[in-house]
Amino acid sequence: MARTALPRVLRPHLAALRMLLVLTAVTGAGYPLLVTGIAQAGFADRANGSLLTTDQGRPVGSRLIGQEFPLPRHGPGGAARPDPAWFQPRPSAAGYDPARSGATDLGPTNPALTEAVRARRAAVAALDGVPPASVPADAVTASGSGLDPAISPAYAYQQAPRVGRARRLAPARVREVVARHVHGRALGFLGQPYVNVVELNQALADALRARG
Amino acid sequence: MSDTAAGWLQAAVLVAALALSYRPLGDHLARVLGGGPHWRVERLLYRAAGVNEDTDQRWPVYLRSLLAFSAVSVLFLYAFLRLQDRLPLSLGRAAVPPDLAFNTAASFATNTDWQAYAGETVPGHLVQMAGLAVQNFVSAAVGMAVAAALIRGFTRKRTRCVGNFWTDLTRLVLRVLLPLALLSAVVLVAAGVVQNLHGPLGITTLAGGHQSLPGGPVASQEAIKVLGTNGGGFFNANSAHPFENPSGLTNLIEIYLMLVIPVALPRTFGALAGDHRQGYVIVAVMALLWAGSVALTTANELHRVSSPAGHAAGAMLEGKETRFGIWSSALFAVSTTLTSCGAVNSAHDSYTPGGGGMTLFAMMLGEIAPGGAGSGLYGILVLAVITVFVAGLMVGRTPEYLGKKLRGQEMRYASLYLLTTPALVLTGTGLAMAFPGERAAMRNPGPHGFSEVLYALTSAANNNGSAFAGLAADTVWYNTVLGVVMLLGRFLPVVFVLALAGSLAGQQPVPVTAGTLPTHRPQFAGLLTGVVLIVVALTYFPALALGPLAEGLH
Repeated sequence: MARTALPRVLRPHLAALRMLLVLTAVTGAGYPLLVTGIAQAGFADRANGSLLTTDQGRPVGSRLIGQEFPLPRHGPGGAARPDPAWFQPRPSAAGYDPARSGATDLGPTNPALTEAVRARRAAVAALDGVPPASVPADAVTASGSGLDPAISPAYAYQQAPRVGRARRLAPARVREVVARHVHGRALGFLGQPYVNVVELNQALADALRARG
Repeated sequence: MSDTAAGWLQAAVLVAALALSYRPLGDHLARVLGGGPHWRVERLLYRAAGVNEDTDQRWPVYLRSLLAFSAVSVLFLYAFLRLQDRLPLSLGRAAVPPDLAFNTAASFATNTDWQAYAGETVPGHLVQMAGLAVQNFVSAAVGMAVAAALIRGFTRKRTRCVGNFWTDLTRLVLRVLLPLALLSAVVLVAAGVVQNLHGPLGITTLAGGHQSLPGGPVASQEAIKVLGTNGGGFFNANSAHPFENPSGLTNLIEIYLMLVIPVALPRTFGALAGDHRQGYVIVAVMALLWAGSVALTTANELHRVSSPAGHAAGAMLEGKETRFGIWSSALFAVSTTLTSCGAVNSAHDSYTPGGGGMTLFAMMLGEIAPGGAGSGLYGILVLAVITVFVAGLMVGRTPEYLGKKLRGQEMRYASLYLLTTPALVLTGTGLAMAFPGERAAMRNPGPHGFSEVLYALTSAANNNGSAFAGLAADTVWYNTVLGVVMLLGRFLPVVFVLALAGSLAGQQPVPVTAGTLPTHRPQFAGLLTGVVLIVVALTYFPALALGPLAEGLH
């Protein structure tokens, strides 16, 4: 038998390898495939990434993953400028590219971060036409994932008049769309209230299309 | 509801949920580890693996089995990563370079889950689910097996046998981790976490841009990632990623799951030792250290202490997700660094000096409050041994714990255990700081940059796996050194714990007398907390002074 031919020191290693292979079959194949089966049978929408689709069924994103809403670029080079006709998400270290999720990792005493925050504040205040001091914190800080689809309700309301002007909609009408998209805390006490920018912008686009 | 009320309520609900599962899960673990008949399916596994499930192993044999299993795990995972380009379901991704493959294999086999790679671009689905996630199960079970062996050291008498590694491993996976992970994974999917086998889905965004949405068996991995206190994210952003942690609800579920096993294990200890009060003392110390750390970190973040960037922004939201905010991020950060989990839902690198410093300090406690699955319990029991010894010195009596004398031999193993991790952390940090190339990997200037290096070594040596992620650690030097540190930081302490277990098991218990130090009273909880804090403070104060303290006082 092979086992008796093995040097004594290697015998537990053979048992270990066989045990690892057996447990790999159970926990590395059986378990994830079972979960996938249950997920696809019971919660297909969520298991497949909570996709947002157009009326024709074309996916335009995920409810969970933020997107950029820049002006079309003319010519190469230069940073993309935010399109005033869309609600804008938070700054992102990943540029909302899901292949590069992550944070800026800039430290709290790093002058580069303080400088970046000041620059973002000035840019947001100019775009939205509000005093710099009133810009909320989430508008001037990059998220942990770089894919944060959410902004604070305060930042959403701040943007409403600007979006209204750009789209020639009454400010009250835009504010009303925002109000319908304010999510409370999960179960009333978990996390923070927020507005999902991707959902909000889709609702806005739909509203405009319906108006013709 | 105000932020403050919601934050307190969240912590209260978490504590209540943990208190509710303390008894049933702890007692279940005691039954699993306390013997009893084998299941038929387990016998099949034993036959397939060719191990004898009915032998009782002396501690060196138990250790050899454990080390053999872990060595094979590292080699298997290394080969898997190196060869993934030739395997199916790899999404066309390239073979992982040797240094990164070594680092990753060592990282997952040691329950660390330090990630020098980005989940989106390096491993394919097959490696994630059949390589990395398998280690999430078995490395957690290995930690719990060592804890079981140490408990048996206290409860058995006049034997050198501490159990059977193969049955401990198999039972912990099949009877504890697998059912809990399955249940948790389904709950997470229902709450929005992704679970499929798709490749990336290319879409045109609302504004006409292009985006490539990733797929993958995320929920199944997420569940065991937190349940086994592993922490290796499916994606680079880990639990900050909306596909891993989409809401405030999943966030609390993940925090609960990373704490639930380490918190229940003291109950198992009390149950097997025949005195539940021994378990209550241990869990009380864990809870005290945890609550204090949560309070300090949350307060630092809320008040933006010593953080010019936070004051410029108006709140410490850099690196934090809108749906979580300060309270849910700080609760996660402390829980993940006090367990050996290391999953993150926010960028620790961007925390205040005090808040980020607390996450660093939490790891330096040695992952004991409540610590990793298994490693938390054996870690705090070693500290309890030290505490009993210190108390014995004060009154001049031979110290004994649970009827077992703590003689020179036992104290030698306990001391070696205690010295291993700081030696690795401080030597490693010193080495990294001595080389200009390794210093240049820092993302931030000044003391914060030093904190990044110190955090990396502390995380690796304590098998945590979280990071001050600004450090550019995917270099041959860091991959190699951190890989070696993770292996030594996991297995040297395991050797000392099993030796201690064997030494204790060999003793005939001594009867309790009027002179015995009671270890089931609040007095002992106070002593143990004091010893933990003093040992850590004395060991790490100079390093902390150069990092977070210098940054905070600047």
